[in-house]
Amino acid sequence: MSNRSPWFWLFLSPVVLSLLLVVVVPFVYGFLFSFTDWNGLVANSFVGFQNYVQLFQEAEFLNSIWFTVKFAVVTVLLLNAMGLGLGLALLVTRSIRSNNWLRTIFFMPNLIGGLILGFIWQFIFINVFSDIGNRIGSEALQGWLSTTSTGFWGLVILTAWQMAGYIMIIYIAYLENIPKELIEAAKIDGASSVQRFKNITFPLVAPAFTVSMFLTLSMGFKIYDQNLSLTNGGPFNSTQMVAMEIVRTAFSDNEMAYAQAKAVIFFLIVAVIALTQVFYNKKREVEM
Amino acid sequence: MRRNKERRNLLGLEVFGIVLGLIWLAPFYLMIVNAFKTKREIFSGVLGLPETLNIGNFIQAFEELTFLKSLFNSILISTLSIAIIILFSSMAAYALNRNKSKLSGVFFFVFVAAMLIPFQSVMIPLISMFGSVNMLNAPGLIFMYLGFGCSLSIFLYHGALTGIPKALDEAAIIDGANRFQLFWYVIFPLLKPISVTVAILNVIWIWNDYLLPSLVLGEANATIPLKMFYFFGQYTKQWHLALAGLSIAVIPVIIFYFFAQKQIINGVSEGAVK
Repeated sequence: MSNRSPWFWLFLSPVVLSLLLVVVVPFVYGFLFSFTDWNGLVANSFVGFQNYVQLFQEAEFLNSIWFTVKFAVVTVLLLNAMGLGLGLALLVTRSIRSNNWLRTIFFMPNLIGGLILGFIWQFIFINVFSDIGNRIGSEALQGWLSTTSTGFWGLVILTAWQMAGYIMIIYIAYLENIPKELIEAAKIDGASSVQRFKNITFPLVAPAFTVSMFLTLSMGFKIYDQNLSLTNGGPFNSTQMVAMEIVRTAFSDNEMAYAQAKAVIFFLIVAVIALTQVFYNKKREVEM
Repeated sequence: MRRNKERRNLLGLEVFGIVLGLIWLAPFYLMIVNAFKTKREIFSGVLGLPETLNIGNFIQAFEELTFLKSLFNSILISTLSIAIIILFSSMAAYALNRNKSKLSGVFFFVFVAAMLIPFQSVMIPLISMFGSVNMLNAPGLIFMYLGFGCSLSIFLYHGALTGIPKALDEAAIIDGANRFQLFWYVIFPLLKPISVTVAILNVIWIWNDYLLPSLVLGEANATIPLKMFYFFGQYTKQWHLALAGLSIAVIPVIIFYFFAQKQIINGVSEGAVK
C-alpha cells in the first residue's frame, strides 16, 4: 500500500481523525491556553508565564507533587518486589494443585475498577481496622485515613493489593521463557540457588523489569480513582495527588488556564520519567 | 535427604501461598458478609457472619442504583467502543505495516508517542471542545475511547501483522480481491488471537473508567462506576447499603472472570510482553 493509494488513507483515516481530535489538538490547544487567562470558553489576554509562576508558589500543588512522588517510589518498589516474589513462588510450586487457584485469586482485584475498590477499602480501613484494633487492644489500628500518613499507607496497601497480581503475571510470562537447560547447566556446575537467581534468572528477566517499571511508574503517577474514593484527598487535601489536583482546579475552582498549566507540568514530569526509565533499562537488558 | 528438604520447602511455600490467597480474598469476604447485615449488626462487629441472610439491603441498593439501566449503559458503551477500536486499529495497523515509507513510520511513531500523554493533560480542552459542538454524550464518549485506546491497540496489531506473510496479500489480490476484502476476509481472521488481547485490555479499562464518563455523561446515562459514585455519596456511613451496592457491581465481574480467566490472564500477559 503506497502513500498514494487511496486505501492507505481510507484505512488510516478513522484513527487519525480520532487521535487528532481527542489527543493531539487538545494537547496543543491546552499548551497554548496555559499562557492565557482562558476560562474554558474564551481567552481574553495573553499572560505569559504568569500561570506557571503562580503554580510554583502554590503550596498545595507542590505538596501534591511531593506526595505523588513518594507514593510512586514506594509503590514501584513494593509492586515489583511483590510481583517478582509471587511470580517466582508460583513458578517453583507449579506442580502443586493450589497453584492455579492462587494465580487466579492474586489477579482478581485487577479486574475491578479503582473507584469501587477504594470504597471497599474505605470500609476496611475505617470499620474493620478499628474493630480488630478494639479486639486486640491496639491503638495503631484506630483512625485510619484520618491522618496524612495513614492515608498514604492506605493508598499504598490498596494499590499493592490491586496491582501486584498484574505485575506478577508479567514476571511469570518472562520467567517461563527462561530456557530450563541454562538453569540445569548451572546446577551441574555447582551454582547455588542464590547464584542461579543472581546470575541467570535476574539478568534474563530484565525486560520484564523494564515493562513493569514502566507500567507501575506511570500508574503511580497518574492514579486518580483510588485517590478519589479512598481518601478524597483528605485530611485537608494532604493526600491529594497531582491528577486529582488538576481535576479539582479545573472543575471545582473553575480556573481552567491555571489547571491547564498544572497539566502541562504533569505531562513533562510523566514524559521525562518514562523516557529516562525506558532508556536506562533498555541499556541493561541482556541479548539472548 | 535433599529430596525431603525440597519437599518440605515446597510444602511451606504452599501453606504460605494459601494464607496469602486468603488474605487477598478477605476484602471480598468482608464486603459480602457485611452487605447482609443491618446497620446495628455492623456496629457491633464486622468480622463475623451475619445473623440472617437478609437480602433487603441488596434489593434497596439494586433499586437505588437503577442497576439494570446502569448495566445496560456500561455494556452499550463498552461493546461499541471496543468494536470500533478493534476494527479501526487493526485496519490502521495493517495499512502502516504494509507501507514501508517514511510517512508510515512517522504515523506509527506519533501513535506510540501519544501513549505518553496523561489523560489529565488533554482533559480540559477536550471537554471544552466537545462541549462546544454538543458532543458530550454517549457517541462523543465512544469516539473519545477510540482516540485514547487506538495507540496501544495499533501497537499490538502492528507487531502481530509482521508475522503474517505478504504472500497472502499478493495471492488475494491476484484472485481479484480489493484491499478491504483482502483485509476483512484474509487478514482480520488471522488476527483473532491479538484481537482477543486488545478486547480484554480495553474492556478492563473502559468498563471501570470513572473520570472520563463523569465529565461526559449526565446522571441519566451513567455507567456503573459513575452511578456508584453518586450512590456512595448518598449513603456515606450507611455501610450496609453501600456494601450491598458495591457487591452488586463486583459480583458479575467476578463471575465473568471465573469463566474467562484463562483468556483474560493470557490476554493481559500477551499485552505486556509485546
